[in-house]
Amino acid sequence: MAETKRIKKGLNINLLGEAQKKIAKIEVSEFALKPTDFNGIFPRLLVKEGDQVKAGTSVFCDKYREQIRFSSPVSGKIEEIRRGDKRILLEVVIKDDKAGDYEDFGKTDIASADRGKIKENLLKSGVWPVIRQRPYNVIANPDDTPQAVFISGFDSAPLAPDYGFTLKDDLVDFQAGVNAMAKLTDGKVFIGVPATDHPLAGVKNAEITCFEGPHPAGNVGIQIHHIQPLNKGDLVWTVNPQDVVIIGRLFTQGRYNPSIAVAVTGSEIKEPQYYKVNKGALVSTLLSDELKNSGKRIISGNVLTGEKVSYSGYLGFYHNQVTVIPEGNYHEFFGWALPGFGKFSFSKAFFSWAHGTRKYRLDTNLHGGLRSYVMTGQYEKVLPMDILPMQLIKACLAEDIDLMEKLGIYEVDEEDFALVEFIDTSKTEIQSIIRKGIDLVRKEMS
Amino acid sequence: MKALRNYLDKIKPRFQEGGKLEKLHSTFDAFETFLFVPDKTTFKGSHIRDSIDLKRTMTVVLLALMPALLFGIWNVGYQHSLAFGKDAGFWQIAGFGLMKVLPIIVVSYVSGLAVEFIFAQYRKHEVNEGFLVSGMLIPLVMPPDIPLWMVAVSTVFAVILGKEAFGGTGMNVFNPALLARAFLFFAYPASMTGDTTWTAGLANGEGIADGYSGATPLSNAAAELVDKIPSVSDLFFGFIPGSIGETSKLAIIIGAVILILTGIGSWRIMLSGLLGGVTMTLIFNAFAANKYMTIDPLTQILMGSFLFGMVFMATDPVTAAQTNKGKWIYGFLAGFFAIMVRVFNPAYPEGTMLAILLMNTFAPLIDHYVIEANIKRRLKRANAVVKTK
Repeated sequence: MAETKRIKKGLNINLLGEAQKKIAKIEVSEFALKPTDFNGIFPRLLVKEGDQVKAGTSVFCDKYREQIRFSSPVSGKIEEIRRGDKRILLEVVIKDDKAGDYEDFGKTDIASADRGKIKENLLKSGVWPVIRQRPYNVIANPDDTPQAVFISGFDSAPLAPDYGFTLKDDLVDFQAGVNAMAKLTDGKVFIGVPATDHPLAGVKNAEITCFEGPHPAGNVGIQIHHIQPLNKGDLVWTVNPQDVVIIGRLFTQGRYNPSIAVAVTGSEIKEPQYYKVNKGALVSTLLSDELKNSGKRIISGNVLTGEKVSYSGYLGFYHNQVTVIPEGNYHEFFGWALPGFGKFSFSKAFFSWAHGTRKYRLDTNLHGGLRSYVMTGQYEKVLPMDILPMQLIKACLAEDIDLMEKLGIYEVDEEDFALVEFIDTSKTEIQSIIRKGIDLVRKEMS
Repeated sequence: MKALRNYLDKIKPRFQEGGKLEKLHSTFDAFETFLFVPDKTTFKGSHIRDSIDLKRTMTVVLLALMPALLFGIWNVGYQHSLAFGKDAGFWQIAGFGLMKVLPIIVVSYVSGLAVEFIFAQYRKHEVNEGFLVSGMLIPLVMPPDIPLWMVAVSTVFAVILGKEAFGGTGMNVFNPALLARAFLFFAYPASMTGDTTWTAGLANGEGIADGYSGATPLSNAAAELVDKIPSVSDLFFGFIPGSIGETSKLAIIIGAVILILTGIGSWRIMLSGLLGGVTMTLIFNAFAANKYMTIDPLTQILMGSFLFGMVFMATDPVTAAQTNKGKWIYGFLAGFFAIMVRVFNPAYPEGTMLAILLMNTFAPLIDHYVIEANIKRRLKRANAVVKTK
């Protein structure tokens, strides 16, 4: 029986609009690859507008590590290459021609393949970017050999997809993906599963650990911290569970097949459910028409760490979820003074604690203005790590690399600080502070 | 509400950059956000945010102070009528107290907020809400007869030198309210010490009822008149002379419960402060070199401003230790030193203020060692891994 670890600190935010357990098929006409989804890469385009591509054809690569390639999810035509300020590459839009052509990378028997062959396949097919490394949470370096591979089998974020449900038919490919990852490390593959009955608990060739407790128990960074905490100089790789399946398919089907189940959730969605689409799908396909100019907040990802996208935006590379919540651009008369029976708060300063476990329709209002750091001892309550959050945040603000290192910057990712940011009384942008700190350390260390 | 909102939106441009009243921007912003929670939305990071903000936090602390304030107002009147042998009804007593206390509160807020607004404008910040609490704490630690100009001077001193000089709310080393009191204590000791300052009107010395001395339990204790210390129930309910907000321990405990239940005040500091005070008292009891040392822990804790200090002053998140372990040490030592100063030094009948200010100084040092311990743990883990390889 797998070891069970109890996470005590954290917070589950109960939101309205949880996806029902059904998966719909849907036709998507447009997809995009967004270089901005990837921390720390510099894209170099390999295609131009009007080019024909197949699923698995490289669209761009990293300028400094050219073997890292990013592939088209479907066959079709490069419709548009969108750039932003200073000509930064924002989106490469691909129109699906429904031909279903794909680059053939050849079926490979994982058991007999060596590490070099597996790496080569992952790199040339453009599957590689699903593998990220800790520290820094950036795309793994193909020349490294990680000490271990970590896969969190569940997502504990608000309204997150239930991988136990979405993966139950993909277990063969998942196992193949785990086998492939096991070839890439000298250590073990670790899979974190929830304490409830979970299909991934039966996966072979990996060490299974159960995690019990509130969000962020499903964050892979938290699981690493509780299984085998990262020290300076350590290197591990992480993969999202649905992406493990994509790795598996590369070897069992011989092609890049980035089909995933996406949970479309949130209080503003009439029928929250799952859709089977390819990575980078046009978001509007998944949403009803009335959301078009409704001024709702459309998020690729979850409410804590996701990215704001427009109605005509695209699903992020690492996202398995779309969330739609109301915008909060209103003034509230004496909002801070009212009893607040319906206001969600981690503190007990509003009377909403009397409601217990009701579900909330939260909006994007900041509920206050930017302030100095005054309150102490709050952040610790939602960060289940042996890390002093306030001190680490201040070290990042002070750009004190030595201190950041001492306080554990290698062990964290910005998503681990999402709840800290959510409960912050001073309304500061803690995730971006942590990201800047991580990027700074990475720059200094390379 | 709509009309008010429209009016605010109409006059807003005048206070923005380039407007006629640009210099009052921070002031306008403070009043606008007081009336309406702003319409600002998140744009990156977490898309939803907790409903709590600094205004709400400070409001809860103010709410927690209300029992102490209300009792304090009544007690100022009650002590006055005791001292002058007046047979007054509840409303007369409360009315007298209100006449005494309200001006102090008004002066404290007006002078302190004026400084805050000026600095916020100068720094192009929004006005921080920290003073909402400091402005109420200052009157509560004052004697009822304090001249109003002294309140103003000490408040301005505390806000400028204690807070703004360090960079404003969140950066200060010392608790501003205690600093205001300490300033008065050393600058104008005649108004802050002695037996006649703690009851309204007593300093005039005319018409005082026979047998009413005005001495606080602490001054009796310091004079080793142990038998003159009021009963535990009087100490607990607060029918004794003293600073405006400190006398009723019941009111303070109600406040403490509010702070702990809402999670806004640190229970670690309150509990460890209490433990520290009891520990010191027990040590004194063991030696019992003089009568003061023989006073039992319960009476020691109930006397003076010990509880008020531990609940409302020591827990100030900015000036206390910031790490959870640090809070235990900080609180314990604050309680420990409060009783020690009180018993050992007859020049300072109340040691709580000085003990907490002293611990404010040491809080960063305590945190430093807690942080170092965390760092060492991480290094040790790294070294252990290296060895096994």
